[in-house]
Amino acid sequence: MTDVLVCVKRVPDVTGEVVLTADGMRIDGRYAGYTTSPHEEAAVALAVQVAQATEGSVTVLSVGSPDSVEQIRAGVAVGATDGILVEADADGLGPADVAEAIAEAVRAREAAGTTYELVLLGNDAADTGDFQVGVRLAYLLDRPVVAGIQTVEASDGRAVLRGEGPEGTEVYDIELPAVVTVMEGGVTPKYPSVTGRMRAKKAPVEAVTWSGTAAGAGRLGLSVPEPPPTQVTVLGEGSGAAPALVGVLRELKVVPE
Amino acid sequence: MSVVVLVEVEEGRASLVSREALTFARSLGAGDLHAVVVGAAPAELVEDCREAGVAVVHEASDPTLERYAAAAWAAVVEAAGRAARADLVVAPGTGRGNEVLAHVAARRRLQLAANVVEVESLAPLVVQRQVVGGAALERAEVTSRVRLMTMAGHAVEPEPAGQPGEARVSALPVTIDPKDLRAQVARVEVREEGDTSGLSSARVVVGAGRGAGGPDGFADVDALAERLGAAVGVSRVVTSLGWRPHHEQVGQTGSRIAPELYLACGISGSIQHWAGCASSRTIIAVNTDAEAPMVTKADYAVIGDMHEVLPAVLAELG
Repeated sequence: MTDVLVCVKRVPDVTGEVVLTADGMRIDGRYAGYTTSPHEEAAVALAVQVAQATEGSVTVLSVGSPDSVEQIRAGVAVGATDGILVEADADGLGPADVAEAIAEAVRAREAAGTTYELVLLGNDAADTGDFQVGVRLAYLLDRPVVAGIQTVEASDGRAVLRGEGPEGTEVYDIELPAVVTVMEGGVTPKYPSVTGRMRAKKAPVEAVTWSGTAAGAGRLGLSVPEPPPTQVTVLGEGSGAAPALVGVLRELKVVPE
Repeated sequence: MSVVVLVEVEEGRASLVSREALTFARSLGAGDLHAVVVGAAPAELVEDCREAGVAVVHEASDPTLERYAAAAWAAVVEAAGRAARADLVVAPGTGRGNEVLAHVAARRRLQLAANVVEVESLAPLVVQRQVVGGAALERAEVTSRVRLMTMAGHAVEPEPAGQPGEARVSALPVTIDPKDLRAQVARVEVREEGDTSGLSSARVVVGAGRGAGGPDGFADVDALAERLGAAVGVSRVVTSLGWRPHHEQVGQTGSRIAPELYLACGISGSIQHWAGCASSRTIIAVNTDAEAPMVTKADYAVIGDMHEVLPAVLAELG
C-alpha cells in the first residue's frame, strides 16, 4: 500500500498571451483563467496509478490562495482521495518557502499517522519555472529525490522510475520513502468522470497555514518581451511554392550534396 | 573571485549549452573561469574549455560517479566551488544543470536563479530570467553570498575568448557520501538509431504539428528530415494525442532548439511552442492559415497543406 502526496500549483492559463498586472509584479490570469501546471497534471495521473496498483491513497496538496481548492478538487475528480490546502499568497513565496510549507504539512500528517511513501511534484511550475521545490523538499525531509520522471511503478517499499536523459531512458530503482518530480510525457492525464466530479465536490480538503516566515522570491518585476516585428516572406501557396522553398534551403546550405 | 561552470559532456566535447554557459560566464567579468566535469575530461572538451578562456578544468573521476546521481554531482560542484574559491556557480539550463544546482542550493541553503538570460549587475546580483517557459522575463535579485544560476539554453552563442585559457586539468578529490547515491541511475535504455536524441543541438529541425492529421501523417516529415539530415521535432498537441513520442516535443515542456533552420509544418505556434524554437536562426513555416502565429513570426512561409507541400519539396530535392 503506497500513500502518495501529490503537490500541484494553480497557475494562470497562458496558452494565448501573457498579460501582466498594472504593477508588473504578477501574471494576470483574470481573463485567461487558471489551471494546473502540465507536469503536475501528469504527476496526479501517476499518483492515481500508483495508489490504484497498491491499494493506497492519494492526497493532493496545494500552496496558494483559497482558490487553489479548484486545482485540488480537479485532482480528486480524476481519482485522488482528499486534499490539503496550505493557505498563502503564492506570489510572495520563493521556492525555498514553498518547500518548507510542504515539508511542514508532510510532517503534520506523519504525526497524525499518515506517512507519504511517495511525494510527487511537477518538475517545474508553468509560471515561475524555478526547477527546485521538489529537490529542496527532499532535503528538508531527508529523502532521496529524482527529477524529471515520466513513469513510476511502486511495490514493496521500492519504486522503479523512468525519465528521459541525454542518452536515452534513464531507469532508477530507489527505496521509499522518496520525492519524485514529474515531467509530462509518460502518462496521459485523465478527464474527470461525472462520478469523479461528484466525489470531488464532497471530498475533504484540510485547510492549514504555514508557520514559517517567507524569504520571498527576490522578484523585482516581470516583463513580456516584444514579439519580433513581422517580416515574413511568403514564398507562395501550395505545392507550387516547392521550388522557392527548396531555393531557400539551398541558400541556407542545409541540403546535403 | 572566480566563477565555476558545470560542463556537460556530449560526444567527447563540451555540450553546446555548456559552451554557451562558458561564454556567458566569461562575459560577466567575475574573475577566473573554472570548469568542472564529472568523470575524466576528454581531450576535446579540455580544448573547448581552453578556447573558452577556462583557467582550470576540475575533473572528478570517482568510480561511483560513472552512473548519474544528481546529489553526487552536486557534491562535485560544491568541491569545485571550494577548490576555486568561487562565489558564482553557473550551469547550463538543461535537465541535468537545473537539477544539480537545485541540489547545491538545497544543500547549502542558497538561492538559485534558473534559466537566466542576462545579468544586470553582479553585486548585488540582479538577473533577467525566463519564466512562463520563456514567454515572460522576471527581473530578480539573488542575495546569497555564493550565487547560483543556470543559463537558459541558447541565450547566447558560444564564442572563443580573446585570449585562450590555460585549461589546466586538475583532479578534484571528492569522497561521495553513500547517502548521495540513494537516487542513482540504475541503467540507461539507449534509444534506437534514428531517434532524435540530439534535438536540442540539431543543425536542422523539421517540425510537425496538428496539421499532420494523425499518427500516420508523418511519412513526408520523416522523409524530409532524412533527406536533410535533420531531427524531427513536434508540437505538444502531437505528443498529447500520442501521435509521436514525448522526447520529440519542442517547447516549454519539451526541448529547446536552436538550429540553423527550423521548418515548422502544420504548427500554429502557441507561446509555449515558440518558447522552445525562438532561438532558431531561420524559421520556415508551412501552414494552411496565413494568420497563424508560426507563420507571422517566421522568416519564410508557404501557405498550404503540408501534405501537398512536402511531397512537392521532396520531389524538387530529388
